Amino acid sequence: MRERIEDALKHHTADYVEIRIEETKSTSITYRGQDLEEVGTTTQLGGCVRAVVNGGWGFVSFNQLSDLKEKVTQAVSQARLVGNEKTELVDVPPVDDVVRVAMVRDPREIALADKKRLMDSYVEEIWRTPKIQTSTVRYGDGYRKQYYGNSTGTYIEQERGRLTAHFGVVARDNGNVQQARTGFASSDDYSVVENRHAEVREAAAKAVGMLDATPPKGGEFMVILDSTLAGVFAHEAFGHLSEADHVYENEKLKEIMVLGRTFGSKQLNIADSGQVRGLTGSFSYDDEGVPTGKQYLIREGELVGRLHSRETAGKMNEAPTGNARAESYRVPPLVRMRNTAIEPGDTPFDEMLAEVKDGVYCKNWYGGQTSMEMFTFSCMEAYAIRDGKLAEPLRGVNLSGNVFTTLENIIAVGNDFAWDPAGGTCGKNGQSAPVGDGSPHVLISKCLVGGQ
Amino acid sequence: MLDALLEKAKKEAEVAEAFFYESTELPISFEANRMKSINARESSGMALRIIKDGRIGLGYSSKLGNPGDLDALVASAVESAQFGAQAQFSLPGAFTANGVATFDPAVEALSLENLVSLGTEALDLLRNHDDQFLCDVGAAKRVTRVRLLNSLGGGTDYVKSVVSLSGSVNLTRGEDLLDVWHYAVSCRADIDPKTVAQRVIQRVEDARHNADVSTKHMPVLFTPQGLGNTLMQPLRQAFSGKTVLQGASPLSDKLGEQVFDEKLSIYDDGTIDFAVGSSPTDDEGMPLRRTPLVEDGYVRTFIYDLQTAGLAGAEPTGNGERSPSSLPAPGYHNVVVAPGSGGSLQDLIGSVAEGVLVEFTMGAGMGNLFAGDFSGNVHLGYKIENGKLAGRVKDTMVAGNVYEALKDIAAIGSEPEWVGGGFSAPPILVADLSVSTREG
Repeated sequence: MRERIEDALKHHTADYVEIRIEETKSTSITYRGQDLEEVGTTTQLGGCVRAVVNGGWGFVSFNQLSDLKEKVTQAVSQARLVGNEKTELVDVPPVDDVVRVAMVRDPREIALADKKRLMDSYVEEIWRTPKIQTSTVRYGDGYRKQYYGNSTGTYIEQERGRLTAHFGVVARDNGNVQQARTGFASSDDYSVVENRHAEVREAAAKAVGMLDATPPKGGEFMVILDSTLAGVFAHEAFGHLSEADHVYENEKLKEIMVLGRTFGSKQLNIADSGQVRGLTGSFSYDDEGVPTGKQYLIREGELVGRLHSRETAGKMNEAPTGNARAESYRVPPLVRMRNTAIEPGDTPFDEMLAEVKDGVYCKNWYGGQTSMEMFTFSCMEAYAIRDGKLAEPLRGVNLSGNVFTTLENIIAVGNDFAWDPAGGTCGKNGQSAPVGDGSPHVLISKCLVGGQ
Repeated sequence: MLDALLEKAKKEAEVAEAFFYESTELPISFEANRMKSINARESSGMALRIIKDGRIGLGYSSKLGNPGDLDALVASAVESAQFGAQAQFSLPGAFTANGVATFDPAVEALSLENLVSLGTEALDLLRNHDDQFLCDVGAAKRVTRVRLLNSLGGGTDYVKSVVSLSGSVNLTRGEDLLDVWHYAVSCRADIDPKTVAQRVIQRVEDARHNADVSTKHMPVLFTPQGLGNTLMQPLRQAFSGKTVLQGASPLSDKLGEQVFDEKLSIYDDGTIDFAVGSSPTDDEGMPLRRTPLVEDGYVRTFIYDLQTAGLAGAEPTGNGERSPSSLPAPGYHNVVVAPGSGGSLQDLIGSVAEGVLVEFTMGAGMGNLFAGDFSGNVHLGYKIENGKLAGRVKDTMVAGNVYEALKDIAAIGSEPEWVGGGFSAPPILVADLSVSTREG
């Protein structure tokens, strides 16, 4: 493959060209309720060529790998039609590397029948709980081998693994329907999905418990976020704003997101890393062949960096960060996060709780969304807090707010920390990518709670 | 290749079905006020579904170049059939499909230059309106061929053409960020850049000034787009045969009962010529039809693919949709909310003394959809004051329960429009919803 890629890259007339070829194999097992719904295996092979000429991009993707040279010519001529300015890509030293996946416990060595038996046992566990209406259990593992070469002389072969088990439980009491979920993900270790019966049972119990919850009253409240939800907040509320593709051609947003600006208190630190072992948002090189590392976004409350592709780093005159990621060979990479986290502070959870007279403790999440300065996310589990004590459970709690004011309103950062064990999937411009989110508990002095 | 795969699979299984798709796409994107990239995407793949010893097996591959690839695909379907679910359906045989139009040669004929000028015209219209606009535009065409063949002689073979144009504007004033967009899509080459640009410009102009609302219950008017992204998601889930089969739909036991306001009727209709969700058959070779979901407030039908219908003991509705690497599951074609007698959007705005007009909410679909609870951040919405738009509302959430909200509809507009292709609706005025906002 190396020869074919390097040969196709010869004698091009563009400012920069890259070729990605990917082969993936994945397995999935899905249950609806107590019944197995689907067992399937998928094999994919395809590639793409991306070229830039005078600042304009051409991209060609295909399943037939027969004539790479011709695809290069096509991508370059498309780029030439677009470009009429200067190509500015950041300099990245050429890399020649082979990254093999080092599995702790390799899912490819576990028989499909054994994976199914394990999932069967979780389905049974869920259905031991009374008032369960239905459940969804999804196991999936995938293995991807990527061949990457570009015109700067970089050639990388990179393998990546990913496995996930997600459990959704729906409880029902007459017209009242409530749900809860849990999940586990890893890039390299099948054992993270083993021996999880206690956690699965707990998720089932939570769904049933939410049947007795009441909707919150709407308005602004003091809220405590648990590590999973605070991790989503870091991702949704600040991570997306740190993606340089939103900023690099928007002069006004550049003024808002100027490095050195203070966004929060001294105890606030947010970083994005591609190097946390075992997380599904980790990898050695991004989809532009740039090595990944850890990039601080906020340090002691101050904006110190952002996330880049070759182009955004080049145009903004900042260092490359390895954040260009593509969902597959079908699409060009976008600037996006890997594993994003608020780093631990020094406040114990009990002290946070004692601060709250009338507020909400929000745990775990269904989803999150952002429109740059506004964010919203929904809590899976929530409790009223009154006079420093946890009170009744609440359902349907959605939090929302302005990113800038909410960051300022983080008045305490916990001394605990956890990555979301379920792993996350981030959607951007129609592409999805596995990401990690993590945080300690955080206390926010004012946050908008949607209520009825 | 489809026949060859079927022949191989028939040797291994009682029933076999081969599904092949092939698509070419040409998306052009304009970013930050100028053309940025031209993309050309070709993709193809083949899925094999079999029934072996009564169990369903599935394999999917886009690696089809080598002689052994078809055998590997058969082997993976056979392997998965060992563990697969018991088949509760039989595949359709040959029949004459409806004549719904999904292909316009004029779309296929659109050249790169045509698409560039389509995008350029939309961009120029936006930029000429206000030089402070930071604009992104996307123009694209796609031609997809779907072929399906099963061992009972059933199948389908059709081509769909789709052209789309999106325009978006970012306007940043201090820390006040405004993002507004419009997306038009059609199977016909009938997209007008002027309409797209005008819709974006109108929405920006209405949002030039911010307005304060108070935290209380008030009438909320949803535009077709606002309705689609705020209230439709829980309904789509509730009417899916899969949710019903699991007993997780709040409507499972409400078939034939009045649940919604009598003004409300909703259909799933795959037979509308040139609508993006239309096709002669679904992805299992079943003919498409117009299925009433809600009629005059009564719950009429849930949507099913073959296996889900078999498990539920219900009639299949021609709603088998596949990804194509997954088994078919219930999927909608074109969801159509029937127009009412409430007049134009302007008439509806005119009827509200104090309320909110919702164009787009974020996060409404993230909550507990099963229960019908929704709670969305108003990303783009306006205050209505004495029958007029009074500015953009920010830091505001609308929340409620979709079943309660649609039981008490004040009015349904008379002028429906398509939103993003597969959804058509008029504006709907909900009498009373909770609106929460940041104080001071």
